Parts: sequence; C-alpha cells; structure tokens
Amino acid sequence: MSQTPDLKSLNEKARELRLEVLEVTTKVASGHVSSSYSSVEILVALYQGGVLRFRSDEPHWPERDRFILSKGHAAPIFYAVLADVGYFDRAELKGLRTVNRRAEGHPVQDKLPGIETTSGSLGKGISVGLGHVVAGRLNKIDYRIYVLLGDGECQEGQIWESAMAASHFKADNLIAIVDYNKYQESGPISREMALEPFAEKWRSFGWHAEEVDGHDIGAIIETLKAVRDVKGQPSVVIAHTVKGKGVSFVEADYTFHGKALSADQAEKAREEILCN
Amino acid sequence: MQLGERAGLKPAKRLREVFGDAILDLCRKNERVVILDGDLAGTTRTHDVRHEFPERFFNIGIAESNMISMASGLASCGFIPFATSLSSFILANGFDQLRISVAIASVNVKVVGSHGGITLGKDGATAMAAEDLALVGCLPTFVILVPCDPASMHKAVHATAEHVGPVYLRSSRVAMPQIYPEDDCPFEIGVANVVREGNDLTIIGCGLMVAAALDAAVVLAEQGIEARVLDMHTIRPLDADAITAAARETGAIVTAEEHLLHGGMGSNIARIVAGSHPVPMRFVGLADTYTDSGEPEALLEKYGLTAHDIVAAAHDAIAAK
Repeated sequence: MSQTPDLKSLNEKARELRLEVLEVTTKVASGHVSSSYSSVEILVALYQGGVLRFRSDEPHWPERDRFILSKGHAAPIFYAVLADVGYFDRAELKGLRTVNRRAEGHPVQDKLPGIETTSGSLGKGISVGLGHVVAGRLNKIDYRIYVLLGDGECQEGQIWESAMAASHFKADNLIAIVDYNKYQESGPISREMALEPFAEKWRSFGWHAEEVDGHDIGAIIETLKAVRDVKGQPSVVIAHTVKGKGVSFVEADYTFHGKALSADQAEKAREEILCN
Repeated sequence: MQLGERAGLKPAKRLREVFGDAILDLCRKNERVVILDGDLAGTTRTHDVRHEFPERFFNIGIAESNMISMASGLASCGFIPFATSLSSFILANGFDQLRISVAIASVNVKVVGSHGGITLGKDGATAMAAEDLALVGCLPTFVILVPCDPASMHKAVHATAEHVGPVYLRSSRVAMPQIYPEDDCPFEIGVANVVREGNDLTIIGCGLMVAAALDAAVVLAEQGIEARVLDMHTIRPLDADAITAAARETGAIVTAEEHLLHGGMGSNIARIVAGSHPVPMRFVGLADTYTDSGEPEALLEKYGLTAHDIVAAAHDAIAAK
C-alpha cells in the first residue's frame, strides 16, 4: 500500500464494486444494496486508496491496521472489497447468504479472511476497536483502528458508552467513520430518531470531529490522513453520503433498505452505473 | 445448623475472596491475562490485581456492553481478558455482546459473574443472578463453571484461562464449606466429581448446593438410604457419561441448584436422562419466582433450597422408582 492509485482508477474501482454487489445480491435475491452503495467510496478509500496498512495474504499480521465493519449489513460491499484486494477468491461472493458457504448475511469473525469481528446487531464496533487499542498498547505495536458505523446505528446506547471510553482512554489511533446517509429502515433519521447536532455530540464526548463528502474518494483519503495527526483523542469522520448512491430510483426510495433488486430493476441499475 | 455441618465440612472463606486470591495468582503466572472491571473491583475482589498489575487492569466503568465487546477485541489480539462484574449486571446488560462479539465466533473471552444465585441476600432481586446459567447456557460455544468451594474455585480460575474459547465462571458472595482438601481437588472441564458414593439414588449439585447435598446424604444414610453425590462443576458441557451412569446404577436422580428451575442445570440434566436412561427425577431449585431481600439462610429456607428440601425430594424420587 505504498503508492496511492490515481482518483480516476479508484472511481472506476468503485463502479466495478457496485456492479459486483448488484450481481451477487440480485442472484441471491437478498442483501442490503442501498446501505452498501452509500459505503462504497469509504471502503475504496481505505483499502484501495492507501489508507489501511494490511497484508491480504497474512490476515492476522500483528502490525496491520484494523478495519472493523460495525454496520454489518454493508456485508456485500465489504466482501467485494476484501475479495478485490486479495483476501479470498471472488468465487466466495457467489456464496452470499447461501448455506454451506462462508459469505454470511452479516460478517462473522474469521469466517472469511479479513473479517476482524462479528457484526450485524449494531453498536459494537468502537468497543471492539478499543479492545484492539488496549492490546496494541500492551503489545507495544503501533497500528490504527478504523471503525465504519451506520448513522442509524448511532442510536444504540453502546455507541455512546464506547465513545466515552475511547475518549477516556485517549485512543488517538482509533478513527470512527460514520456513513451518514440520513436514512434508517423506517425512514429519514431526522423524522424517526434525530441525531443532530451530530458532530457536536461527538465533540462533547471528547472526540475530534471532521465532516466530508462520503462519495469524494480524494477528500475521504485526505481527511483520513489528516486525522492521523490528532493526538490525545479519538477522531470521527462524518461522511455525508447518499443511500443507494449511483442508482437514481434506489436513491429516491428508502424502502430499498434490506432489499435486493428484482431482475428488471437490476438491469436498469446496471445501465445507470455503467453510464455514471 | 450451618451448611455442611452435618457432613462434617469445615467452614471456609467467602467464595469471592477465594476468587480474588485465585485471579491474582493467575495474573502472576500468566502475563496475557487482563482484567476488565465494571466498577465493582471491591465487590468482585479483583482489586488486588488492580494494585499489583495496574497496567493489566481496566475499569471500564458502569458500561457492561462496552466491556464485553472490548474484551472480544483484546482476545482477538491474543490476550485472555476476564470481564468481571456482578453476574446480574454483566450478563443482562452485556447479553447482545456475548452473542455477537463472543459466542458466534467463539472468541476467547472469560466472563466472571460474582454474586451468583440468590445468596447475596439483602440487596434483593435486582442484584441477584438466579437466571445466569439459563442465559449463558443457551449460548453455543460457552463453557459454564460453577465451583463449590475454595479448592475448586482455584482450579476453575486456572481452567478458565487454559480453555481456549468463551467461559462463564460463577462466583459468589457467600462462604461455601470445604468440600475438597486444599491440594486435592480433581477438576477437568466437563467431568463431574463423585464426592460421595452410593447406589440408592444420586443427588447432583452445583455450587453451594453440593454442601447441602452432602448434608442431605448424611440424613438419608441415617434412614438407610445411600445417596451418590455428584459435584457438577461444569454446567456446560454437562458430563453426560456420569449422568447416564447415575441413572443406570442408582435408578433415581435429584438435582439441586441455586438457580431458577427454568433453564438451569436440572432441566438440562433431565434432557440427558430422558434420552439415555429415563428414571424418576426431582428438582430442587428456585421455583418460577423472584425472591425477597433477606439473610441468605432465610432465603434458602423460604425458597426451598436446603438439605431438608433435598431429603424430601429424594424420598419422593425413590418412591417413584
């Protein structure tokens, strides 16, 4: 991960990954497509954009940076990215949500290489990451821990237990990224259970907070690199995203949460993604 | 009469004090062991570790959910985290985390629940853990240990650390009389100990109720009934061989536990007996209720968890043979 690829190829990668997610979720007629699409650029920035330090052929390399997917329902894009960077063969993606295969509906720790923790029931990522922070200190190994949270997930009490603890433990190598797509399952977050003032909440818990366009890969990389210099407190990057990003009729309809697209819808979506 | 007095058992320290000694001993011997505390180090007795090994002791505050998932992260990096609090708090507040962050992928997290059962007494039902064995007992991959005296607590703490995978260890506020000599307690996970031989029926106890079972066996012997007594220190996995042998060789079984009868040790033993060698069974434990606050002895008496209750259950079971 020494060389940062150019933005054009990263954006092209994001397009490929969207198509990959579309293909596997449509085939199995299941999976969270819209929640995956809001996270695509964040994951590409981390894994393909030179932010994360990892060895896909040595998943437990002690010095690796950790990526913890707390919003486990973004499993389809997570698996697609892990396969793309070589943790496992692309054939595993075809086993999404299928019995006797390893690509579980929500990630299970070590069931596939590169999965650091089990997630699906929300709220646990920062806590697990803090365990890695403490372990790193005891082992005297420097690494960073990146935790991807959903926005609705931040309604969980454990998020704020762990936010308090991360600040208390001055976990400046822990970076939370919130995929702030503004929708939860039942509708707009502002209507269902409001989070705002969101950045202020994090700051009042002792975190350094930044906001970024969550579909601008260059900006995400720049922000994630900048927060490395924050000392003595954890950082949160609130990534403003669009749920279902890249497919107009999914962007326009939050009821796509948790649903795969029909064959017809998938064909339309494919055309849109290819034209974008 | 004191618990264990009929059976000639010597009184001992409170079990949580013994746990405190054992966990300190473990920390001295194994530098991978770390303690996560839910702000109850004085109560669970991990405070000596805090003083001697401050770098391996973390007060996570009153936030058990965060504590369990943190333990998962530490275990994934090769540490052996012991997450400790009152059993009622750590299991109920951390249950989702026990499922997701620990059980599903069998992460090497150790959970020590202090003040198990009802004998913490005066603090009342909210602080009691009469459901702990049922809660953890339904989680695949977990081992559950319930020591019954100082020697078995020492062995259990070390066995907890040595076992690779999730373990729940039940500690207790009360003193449990000495069942075993200090230097001679067999302890293998999943292997029950026969603490008294007999062939007329078997009493299977865990924790505090092992001493009560031995008291009951003395009373039964005076009546000409020879009871076998098993110390079922491992509630999960249960020792199916010892249970089946007890059914086959003694023809009747009484179980005794400081726990709700729903989902506790007895009901799981019954599942094994029903599938292998059905015999009459009776169950001593807390019926479908929460308890009052009160002195431990008064609660055990009121809710039917005494040697006397075991004797009555034994007669009932034998009559049904």
